[in-house]
Amino acid sequence: MRAAEQSPGAGQGPQAEEPTYIQGITEALREELQSDPNVFLIGEDIGTYGGAFKVTKGFLQEFGPARIVDTPISESAIVGAATGAALMGMRPVVEMQFIDFISCGWNQIVNMAAKLHYRWGPSVPITIRGPSGGYTHGGPFHSENPEAWFCHVPGLKVVAPSTGWDAKGLLKAAIRDPNPVIYLEHKFLYRRIRGPLPGPDTVVPIGKAEVKRAGTDASVITYGSGVHLALEAAAELARQGHSVEVLDLRTLRPLDLEAIVATVEKTGKVLILHEAHLTGGVGGEVAALIAEHAFERLDAPVMRLASADTPVPYSDALEQFVLPDAARVRQALESLLDY
Amino acid sequence: MPAARRSRAASTAAPTRRSAPAVRRPGAAHPQPAAGSPLAAHPSGPPFGLTRDQLHRLLYLMLLNRAFDDRISTLYRQGKISGGAFGSRGQEACSVGSAFATQPQDVVGPMIRNSGVILTRGLDLRRFFANYLGRATSPTGGRDGNTHLGDLSLGIVAPISHLSALIPVLAGVALAFKLRGEKRVAMTWIGDGGSSVGDFHEGLNMAGVMRLPFVLVLENNQYAYSTPTASQCAAARFADKAAGYGIPGVTVDGNDVLAVYFAVRQAVERAREGNGPTLIEAVTMRMKGHAEHDDAGYVPKALVAEWEKRDPIARYRQWLVARKLMTQPEEHALDSRVAREIDLACEQALADPFPEGPSALTGVYAEGGPGASR
Ligand SMILES: Cc1ncc(C[n+]2csc(CCOP(=O)(O)OP(=O)(O)O)c2C)c(N)n1
Ligand SMILES: [Mg+2]
Repeated sequence: MRAAEQSPGAGQGPQAEEPTYIQGITEALREELQSDPNVFLIGEDIGTYGGAFKVTKGFLQEFGPARIVDTPISESAIVGAATGAALMGMRPVVEMQFIDFISCGWNQIVNMAAKLHYRWGPSVPITIRGPSGGYTHGGPFHSENPEAWFCHVPGLKVVAPSTGWDAKGLLKAAIRDPNPVIYLEHKFLYRRIRGPLPGPDTVVPIGKAEVKRAGTDASVITYGSGVHLALEAAAELARQGHSVEVLDLRTLRPLDLEAIVATVEKTGKVLILHEAHLTGGVGGEVAALIAEHAFERLDAPVMRLASADTPVPYSDALEQFVLPDAARVRQALESLLDY
Repeated sequence: MPAARRSRAASTAAPTRRSAPAVRRPGAAHPQPAAGSPLAAHPSGPPFGLTRDQLHRLLYLMLLNRAFDDRISTLYRQGKISGGAFGSRGQEACSVGSAFATQPQDVVGPMIRNSGVILTRGLDLRRFFANYLGRATSPTGGRDGNTHLGDLSLGIVAPISHLSALIPVLAGVALAFKLRGEKRVAMTWIGDGGSSVGDFHEGLNMAGVMRLPFVLVLENNQYAYSTPTASQCAAARFADKAAGYGIPGVTVDGNDVLAVYFAVRQAVERAREGNGPTLIEAVTMRMKGHAEHDDAGYVPKALVAEWEKRDPIARYRQWLVARKLMTQPEEHALDSRVAREIDLACEQALADPFPEGPSALTGVYAEGGPGASR
């Protein structure tokens, strides 16, 4: 996968002097820590070490141990403790060292945090963020895209930014949101994607998709790493005279139905693309929404392209084989355009 | 909730603190606390600086706890409660004695058998009944049942069914207190069985490492559903688990309300002063089945009979009377007050409305800031 464009100014290509995607995450955390005394960060190796990916480098010195809390290796207790602190009026931001380990905090997320407001009233303003995704030879336990696990859970919100702009703006929105938000940052994009970042007062609202490239002949509905594959494929197809729209969902729960319907109405042809596995993925939900709300506007069957239904294998040759790439996106789009 | 100082008399009832963990053969019985009642160890006169009123209140709360559970059992048999109905007969001293040692600014996370905690923290009886009955007037508005209720104005955090899940959450409550420099304490409860579930380890370990103002009361009532303690844990005492977390582990007679109160109060004070968490094992007996549906045929009758002699309410009542801390008219007055309150609250809750079906679709997500409610 090649690094590509981001919003705003999608389609301009990487500019070396612009901040990286991961800087967007760091800036959002710093600004929210500065502006809200109730915000604190909690996770493994985030203090002295600055986090496995250095997202919080220097934060311990800057904010002190009452704002940057290092923990034992206890994902369940970290999420549980964040929930307890949130009940006392704080806004904890949890770092999962790798998002794969979020499975160890499963019960606290889906049974404690997600159901709490519904059951007895208090809000649970916690953000759980961590590096997700493949293309890094991380193997079966460092390549996870767990969004579909959480999209099934009432009470959770799930976001997955594709650009530094969105990474920063969505993280600020997540921290300020009164609900538990699963924030999936893509570690392949961390230092490969550059672009402008919003200022301290800008948030990217949760629940709003964005057209990253406008087009008329077909739509790719995607998010996260898929946005960059789609933009690359769309740029290639443009040279052959095809106009492909790329809709970046950005938020996976709640989905932006309006934006999904709008792009279907515009192009009539849809490819749904995600890096997570095909079966039971977010794409199935998007396809169902299109069938329910925009069936008569379709000029072709909805297509899906996603990772193979296998664990993500380690070896480069195998990983490349199971994860989507721009060539396959282009092929899928070509057959869709031909339909 | 009293903030009384420890009197001299109290030291004789100090809980046993065991240092060297012993290894017990699987299948061997867990040791019981010494048969002699710590209650008996108190010389005449009110212990621990508790006033006569406070001593009476302890009895009142235990009576209310039992009467409440009994009424829940009746409602269940009448088919008026559709979900599970879990009682705490025989364990009232554990709930009441421990919750009585907290202050209003402290926060507690009661579990399924801790109706006594909820009552001690002052939840309105009618709302409590309403929660079992699925009424709109309950703290969960019919969205959850039984003791699964919370009310932050009373410092009560609701449990979920998943055993031990509250431990990290209350540790997180304690973490908030610590980060903000507040002298408040968080407390929760766990069973002998629940101590085998992962969050017990993660939560207690984190609380120990961070020296959080946190107290965990482990009610060892000999069974986890049908599983005896010997099949649950190979350590000699559940309190020995504390050693692995570098925190004090205390074993106390869970059928002695004053012993529980005293041990927990010490732990609470320790936590409040910034000296970290404590694990308190209260040894007691589950005197009924796991829940109303369970006849507990797997529990030896002799064991129940033995524990019946140590009923926490009867023991405490006798102690109060023998030490002339309660007169017969006062006893009668308490008994009839409890009966009256239970009757009235139950009647009111039964007349309370059910929630409207479509209301189930609201309030999945919070709007506004922390503390926001539906
Ligand atoms: C994680 C989990 N597994 C299983 C259960 C089902 N369950 C509910 S109570 C219980 C027994 C609990 O025993 P213990 O912790 O000793 O508490 P007690 O019932 O004796 O008060 C079981 C197995 C559960 N609630 N949570
Ligand atoms: Mg038990």
